[in-house]
Amino acid sequence: MSFPWAQQYKPQSTVMQWVDERLPLPRLVYNAVGAGYPVPRNLNYFWNFGVLAGVALVIQIVTGIVLAMHYYASIDGAFNSVEHIMRDVNAGWFLRYAHMNGASFFFIVVYIHIFRGLFYGSYKAPREMIWLLGVTIFLLMMATAFMGYVLPWGQMSFWGAQVITGFFSAIPLVGEPLRQWLLGGFAPDQAALNRFFSLHYLMPFVIAGVIILHVWALHIPGSSNPTGVSVKGEQDTVPFHPYYTAKDGFGLGIFLIAFVVVTFFAPNLLGHPDNYIPANPLSTPAHIVPEWYFLPFYAILKAFTVDFAIPFTGIILVPAKLMGVLAMFGSILLLFFLPWLDTSPVRSGHYRPLFRKFFWFGLIPCLVVLTYVGAQPPYTQWVVLSQLGAAYYFAHFLIILPIISRIERPLPLPNSITEAVTGKPLQTEAVAETPLRPAVA
Amino acid sequence: MATVKDTTGTPKAPRKATAKAAAGNDAPVMNGVPMETATKDGEGVRRRDFIHIATVSFAGVGAAAVAVPLVSQMSASADVLALASIEVDVAAIQPGQSIKTSWRKQPVFIRNLTPEEIAEANKVAAGGLRDPQTLAERTQPGKENWLITLGVCTHLGCVPLGAAAGEVKGEYGGYFCPCHGSHYDTAGRIRKGPAPTNLVVPEFAFISDTIVKIG
Repeated sequence: MSFPWAQQYKPQSTVMQWVDERLPLPRLVYNAVGAGYPVPRNLNYFWNFGVLAGVALVIQIVTGIVLAMHYYASIDGAFNSVEHIMRDVNAGWFLRYAHMNGASFFFIVVYIHIFRGLFYGSYKAPREMIWLLGVTIFLLMMATAFMGYVLPWGQMSFWGAQVITGFFSAIPLVGEPLRQWLLGGFAPDQAALNRFFSLHYLMPFVIAGVIILHVWALHIPGSSNPTGVSVKGEQDTVPFHPYYTAKDGFGLGIFLIAFVVVTFFAPNLLGHPDNYIPANPLSTPAHIVPEWYFLPFYAILKAFTVDFAIPFTGIILVPAKLMGVLAMFGSILLLFFLPWLDTSPVRSGHYRPLFRKFFWFGLIPCLVVLTYVGAQPPYTQWVVLSQLGAAYYFAHFLIILPIISRIERPLPLPNSITEAVTGKPLQTEAVAETPLRPAVA
Repeated sequence: MATVKDTTGTPKAPRKATAKAAAGNDAPVMNGVPMETATKDGEGVRRRDFIHIATVSFAGVGAAAVAVPLVSQMSASADVLALASIEVDVAAIQPGQSIKTSWRKQPVFIRNLTPEEIAEANKVAAGGLRDPQTLAERTQPGKENWLITLGVCTHLGCVPLGAAAGEVKGEYGGYFCPCHGSHYDTAGRIRKGPAPTNLVVPEFAFISDTIVKIG
């Protein structure tokens, strides 16, 4: 679907016309990311990050496929094959560093993309499905990144695999058999490495598939915008091409510069030196930390140190280990419920004074603290801080957001996007809202 | 910006006559430079054309630069190239004997020819052969008895027989490829069968009386 004023695809050549009549692929592209997709005229640079995430996925797939040409998933050979890539393969050092840092940059742009969604209320009706698919992509990314990190079979790879699969052993009754099933053994070994490689190769294509659904769902209501006010007329939009292809292209240039600078000048900045030590199943590194993008969740995991028990009886209802694991998974899974936890009809944080305060002075500092604490050794002060952070995280989404949605008095919204941008009222007649679109603003 | 000015207003620009003509008093001007120099019939170079071409060229050059590592990673890596030459001690090979060794993951035949085999090879008029070469052209001066060839049939790459003791040597006493029946003579030259050229002689040199360096 699109707005009624969307431009129609007109083949420029007889060849394209011939193709379009038989397989309307050019039309699909034109309507998806071409002039046939009307987009609100007021998007800021935060709206670049969806496209950037797509580019990051392409970089990961391309570099990953060539790395797989040189890598072998063997507990004796994996580490050496990575070193072989670094030292012997033509430009192998570049391809591997690009893949390694590409993962970090993928998470950077996705986190900014999620931040954008959280602040501007992009998860609200009628865009809930886009959000649900987005959280799904995020979960798939985490699984893919974890399995990729295991492949070099360094110390952090091995012990990361040990710890992460250990989460599953916290589940009562079936936990330990489940963990052994996942690993194909009692500890990470050849079977685990082989299946991680297989799945690590598969998952990016699953992600690409869910991205297609994500973009498809996006094109039903169209893109959100910084005011959160729905598109009301043709004046409110501009065609995606050339306006946002140019804007995204500029953002892409900045992104690539940052990516290339880190890849060339600080390729190990975001990694951990212990992963350059071959895996040793008999010696745990002094301090295991996950990759930086998992740190907030790792902090939540570590926050639970006491069993949940009935006081004075000694009956343990939920052991601390299981609590931590449940909380860690719960911290992500609760994002699936966000569209129904935040019931305010106003989308953009700009017009929500109370929401904005808790967002900037509550959620963002909380995430910063959790990220920092996630990397710290489990000393008392860090454990306490992680407990505070985890408590606020859950309170923010489960208690604070539903309450402020009810009590908050939003600021007056502009009548239209055009009015917000130009100060002049929308000229054209308002279009009828689609059934999916609630009468927001 | 100087480049943009060149493109829009100066005689360096293509279609300079039109561009100059359009850059008259009526044309919109920014910073003293005409912004649009296209005429009504669509001729001339506009500022925007320059930006389009520059953008696409920049992206194209970037894509080409990125393609270099992506393509070159498939070529032989440094550890493969490091094994590109080998040294073989041939002292133990008696006349009439030959050995198979491996060079660049391909079999190499090193054969110590008997005087009869040398005579037989020299008896043939090289000019009449499919791939005209004399034994002298295929060996080192003073070491004519050392025939060193790749053990790879030039037809489709099978390993010919005749190097190991007891193997069929073919109708010409050299090598015989069992895959499609190519016969090579005592100089490793193709004499009968589908193979197009003689067995390849790799680059080699004797670095002492008994040690040969191949590659």
